[in-house]
Amino acid sequence: MAYSDKVVDHYNNPRNVGTLDKSSGDVGTGLVGAPECGDVMRLQIRVNPETKVIEEAKFKTFGCGSAIASSSLATEWIKGRTVEDALAIKNTDIVKELSLPPVKIHCSVLAEDAIRAAIGDWKKKNGVEENAPATAEAK
Amino acid sequence: MSTVSSQVELPAGVVLPIYMDNHATSPLDPRVLEAMMPYFTAKFGNAASRNHSFGWEAEQAVETAREQIAKLIGATAKEIIFTSGATESDNLAIKGIAEMYRERGNHIITQVTEHKAVLDTCKRLEKHGYRVTYLPVKADGLIDLEDLKRAIDDKTILVTIMAANNEIGVLEPIREIGKICHEKGIIFHTDAVQIVGKAPFNVIEDNVDVASISGHKIYGPKGVGALYVRRRNPRVQISAQIDGGGHERGMRSGTLNVPGIVGLGKACEIARAEMEGEAAYLRSLRDRLQNKLESELDYIHVNGSMEHRLPGNLNMSFVYVEGESLLMGINDVAVSSGSACTSATLEPSYVLKALGLGDDVAHSSIRFGLGRFNTQAEVDYVAAKVIDIVKKLRELSPLYEMVKEGIDLTKIEWQAH
Repeated sequence: MAYSDKVVDHYNNPRNVGTLDKSSGDVGTGLVGAPECGDVMRLQIRVNPETKVIEEAKFKTFGCGSAIASSSLATEWIKGRTVEDALAIKNTDIVKELSLPPVKIHCSVLAEDAIRAAIGDWKKKNGVEENAPATAEAK
Repeated sequence: MSTVSSQVELPAGVVLPIYMDNHATSPLDPRVLEAMMPYFTAKFGNAASRNHSFGWEAEQAVETAREQIAKLIGATAKEIIFTSGATESDNLAIKGIAEMYRERGNHIITQVTEHKAVLDTCKRLEKHGYRVTYLPVKADGLIDLEDLKRAIDDKTILVTIMAANNEIGVLEPIREIGKICHEKGIIFHTDAVQIVGKAPFNVIEDNVDVASISGHKIYGPKGVGALYVRRRNPRVQISAQIDGGGHERGMRSGTLNVPGIVGLGKACEIARAEMEGEAAYLRSLRDRLQNKLESELDYIHVNGSMEHRLPGNLNMSFVYVEGESLLMGINDVAVSSGSACTSATLEPSYVLKALGLGDDVAHSSIRFGLGRFNTQAEVDYVAAKVIDIVKKLRELSPLYEMVKEGIDLTKIEWQAH
């Protein structure tokens, strides 16, 4: 399978790889996907409590090149946005930006889920109402 | 900024891309090409033309190839039938035996890790009133002979179990399987595509009645294969699946692919002369690759038996790294992955799953297929490259980080899609 230049670029130079302290009150963590499905994304955000702006975004992804690129792109896009603005990002935007083929659309869906899960986690911590997709948790 | 792209130095004499996928296909040996060339041009005759020298010349070449193949596997020339490749050989063997022995019974035994050419053929026969037992394999990829004995009943006419597996390279106990079959009067067919020319295989010693062979897996050309059909003790009969001019003693009609057949014969002749030394060479390369990977990386393991294995095969799982992303990082090295993302079906390898591996581990597997033309310098480069990329991808892997923190991944409620 041939990859688009943008997928290759994100794969070769992934943006915002890393880990934030998930116990911190201003950090939201989204962990989506499953190892048996071949992709797991963890996306974390640090939100300014005053402005609700996402000041920091970090990810780690287990998955194919398109999954890595989708999550890398997601962190780039949400940084600097308010949480409500970040929720406006749709998987189809990621598909378009990365020219993902049909078999890789699930990677973009997972990235959108990761954004929503991270924001949902942050909202839960900070007492904000939310029905975002659940993040994976220890049993 | 973290980066995945690799900076591994290329050793002198190594040319990229490196081909290390010899179970998929192998490069044509130049000596084979040389033998084939005249049969494309000056010696173009139809081997079935009985009344002129062009035909005789072609027929002679075909008979020489038949001898060369027979010698490699301990058969006689008359027991070799030419086909278009091993998929046709498997189809002809299984369907041809099922049809010929229908009055004796309708039960066939195979195993879950067979090539699709065998599995899909068996599935088709199930639609036509045959019963098929798909034996499971143990964690090492081999069948349990007790399972085989239990599966046999008075309607069993055929057992078809491959000699060497194309993904994990394990060698099934064909000699014992053949012995069990012969005691019960059951025909034993083996898909011998991966073993022929790579490891000892002798139809008499190994109690094989019918065997499928491919040209392009043994440094011969594509589009040509053979089927060994035993003529004595027992004599096996096969119903033709392609009708026509009655070529190949009525078992497979169609004008013979003379250049291809000459190539297959030459490839077998070379294999017979060089197999022993080549196997030792490939084993040393394989062990070198494995040792290098194991000395630098944690959470990796070999899939399938190391003891009963083709010398050129190494199938490894690099846990917490997804196979396709690893292939993307080593894109100047041609290998295969058991990852779903590399297949059309989005399902991880059914062979690896049959060993009891979780989907997550199957997704993390890479098959290295070493061959005649690989060098030690190539192995060193591939090892360094894989180590580099696996380390980088694990820096990106949330699973690796969690495991390192002591989190039990099986205790997480994953949000599966």
